[in-house]
Amino acid sequence: MSRPGTVTWLAAHELRLGCRDWLSLMTAGRRRKLRTVVIAFAVFGVLMHLIAYPMVERYADAQPDLSTRVIVSGILLLSFSLLLSQAMESVTRAFYARADLDLILTAPVAPQKVFAVRIGRIALAIAAMALAIAVPFVNMLALAGGARWLAAYGVVAAMGVVAASLGVALTVALFRVIGPRRTRFVAQVVAAVIGAAFLIGLQIVAILSFGSLSRLAPLQSPWLLAHVPGMESAVWVPARAALGDTAALLWLLLFALALLGATIAAFSPRFGEHAVAASGVSQGVVRQRQRGFRLRSPKQMLRRKEWLLLARDPWLMSQTLMQILYLLPPALLLWRSFHDSTTALIVLVPVVVMAAGQLAGGLAWLSISGEDAPDLVATAPISARNILWAKIEAVMIAIAVIFAPLIIGLGLASPWAAAVAGIGVLVVAAAATDIQLCFRVQARRSHFRRRQTSSRVATFAEAFSSISWAAAAALLAAGTWFAVVPALIALAIMGGVRLIAPPRD
Amino acid sequence: MNTSTRPVALALRGLTKRYDRPAVDALDLTVYGGEFYSLLGPNGAGKTTTLRMVVGLLKPDAGTITIENVDALADPVAAKQVTAWVSDEPMIYDKLTPFEYLEFVAGLWRIDAKAGEARARELIDWLGLKPHMHERCEGFSKGMRQKVALAGALVHDPKLIILDEPLTGLDAGSARQVKNVLRERVAAGGTVVMTTHILEVAERMADRIGVIANGRLIAEGTLDELRQRSGAASATLEDTFLKLVAEEAA
Repeated sequence: MSRPGTVTWLAAHELRLGCRDWLSLMTAGRRRKLRTVVIAFAVFGVLMHLIAYPMVERYADAQPDLSTRVIVSGILLLSFSLLLSQAMESVTRAFYARADLDLILTAPVAPQKVFAVRIGRIALAIAAMALAIAVPFVNMLALAGGARWLAAYGVVAAMGVVAASLGVALTVALFRVIGPRRTRFVAQVVAAVIGAAFLIGLQIVAILSFGSLSRLAPLQSPWLLAHVPGMESAVWVPARAALGDTAALLWLLLFALALLGATIAAFSPRFGEHAVAASGVSQGVVRQRQRGFRLRSPKQMLRRKEWLLLARDPWLMSQTLMQILYLLPPALLLWRSFHDSTTALIVLVPVVVMAAGQLAGGLAWLSISGEDAPDLVATAPISARNILWAKIEAVMIAIAVIFAPLIIGLGLASPWAAAVAGIGVLVVAAAATDIQLCFRVQARRSHFRRRQTSSRVATFAEAFSSISWAAAAALLAAGTWFAVVPALIALAIMGGVRLIAPPRD
Repeated sequence: MNTSTRPVALALRGLTKRYDRPAVDALDLTVYGGEFYSLLGPNGAGKTTTLRMVVGLLKPDAGTITIENVDALADPVAAKQVTAWVSDEPMIYDKLTPFEYLEFVAGLWRIDAKAGEARARELIDWLGLKPHMHERCEGFSKGMRQKVALAGALVHDPKLIILDEPLTGLDAGSARQVKNVLRERVAAGGTVVMTTHILEVAERMADRIGVIANGRLIAEGTLDELRQRSGAASATLEDTFLKLVAEEAA
């Protein structure tokens, strides 16, 4: 057992906290649910392996030629942008969460030791997350193409470590440039944009150059192959490593660990100062325009309150509206296809419906569960039914306003596709809201990010419901009655949700 | 004053709530109109559970709740129309200003906009919130947040105000302002039911004091009546309270 106050002792403490935090996230704080979570993970893991196999099988025998390296590098870069986004989020949280900071900074232990360990913990968490996501794909590649693909685990871990190091550097840079007050919000928005930008960028390039929504299309273009560095370039080290080149893998791992070491050495001595500066940040005074009371009904007041709170919280707004970013590529496709055949527009319908489902789920959680003054609303002289209806209306009206311009634009090019998309948006939003109603819990709006962990069932139900309705809308837009099948699946999901939802008074 | 001649503002009969054990055990309690009633008890005695059932935040397992002659369980909306609730943790919206918060509350209670605004301005002035009335609440101290919550409770002019530890964490100045507001409320004919761990506040402000332990009302009366019951005529409320609770535990 290590001596108290040493780096290893602190690392063991961080590891224990990390494990307990993760366990609590998975079980929503109920240890009795652990067995259920393990079974659910096992089922989910098997399912993911089954889904991954047809996706990766055709790449299993890929040779390390230039074309393969370009595609593999593109996929790695795509994944890396998501890891970097996650790392920036974690570093921002480490700066701003008070948690045990008072204890750490007043204890007779060198703060740089503590923060060195904390940066290490972030790197470990990001690498673990990356590995967890990669497991089904790497396993299936190894099954179909041989053990050489197992080297991809090393690449993924290295990417996680590099992402964490860059995340620390970028967040600290933001801290120094724009100060602690703005960093919290800006870092989270930058993280979200980084996470979405590369994926969206690839889709936009694909649409502009190839007229399709496939994000791999630009990576297979002859133009790109003619302009990338040669086979011997160091740029291809990660791709070579992923394709089973052991020497490249060792270099990559060494580089990742060296970068992490340099990051810890460079930033841990100042980490404490930044955390102290962050804790000293006051909210600042925001004054609102003066005007008198206006006569409104309780339901109108509740709806207005929901919209006002959302509009005034840029972080929440960015978190919820980030999903709208994914509508940019389809909007671009719509614009490009406007004078062409309308059949291409059918691909827009499921994208729009899916985005509406995801956005409605987030808004419904904020409105129904994320109530910061639950006692006030519950003790007001309005029936619980009217309160819920006001909140549902707030969500549905917001969705209608956000998606109306896109549906109208679609209607100008293809009235049928627009009609299907419009109905699909309303149905999927209603379904997502219903799921949130069934699994509502009382929470603070600031816990929005953790909403998915409060009920795993609700999260999966919401996702599968959106996918099913999107599929139904796509098939209906294509004019086939097979649309009934995914619609029935979606209804079955809704029925299942009602069966397993916690009972209410 | 003879309490039996006064109208009843709050009546609890056989009120019961059980979790693993009875939290509130067949509680009978009567609070009269225009009375300042203080509910005391050790931690876990059932004070907060009782009050949360009264305001409709918890459903009782048994018993009745009557507020201003309205059966609160049969017609909760009518009961809520005349009741206000303030908890120890002020729950307000960070992104609204005090003025907007009061507009929201007035709207929920269906108060006429003109009358509501006049009342809100009066309360804001009264509680010393005027310089901050158009600032978002996100940067407010606990004391200021509690004052905003209290203004919200008063803006709809309730007949019955129920407060759970409203002075917790307030500085001396803020605590005095809150106490003054409550006193004036009672002087104007309103009824206040308040739990507190600050026995000096109960001693100075309450017309009657109820002592609750293990979910049951173990003693009730004016301070003098409680002293007599505990057998120490010159004892402080603290001594009296501790003796009563110890007797109950024994």
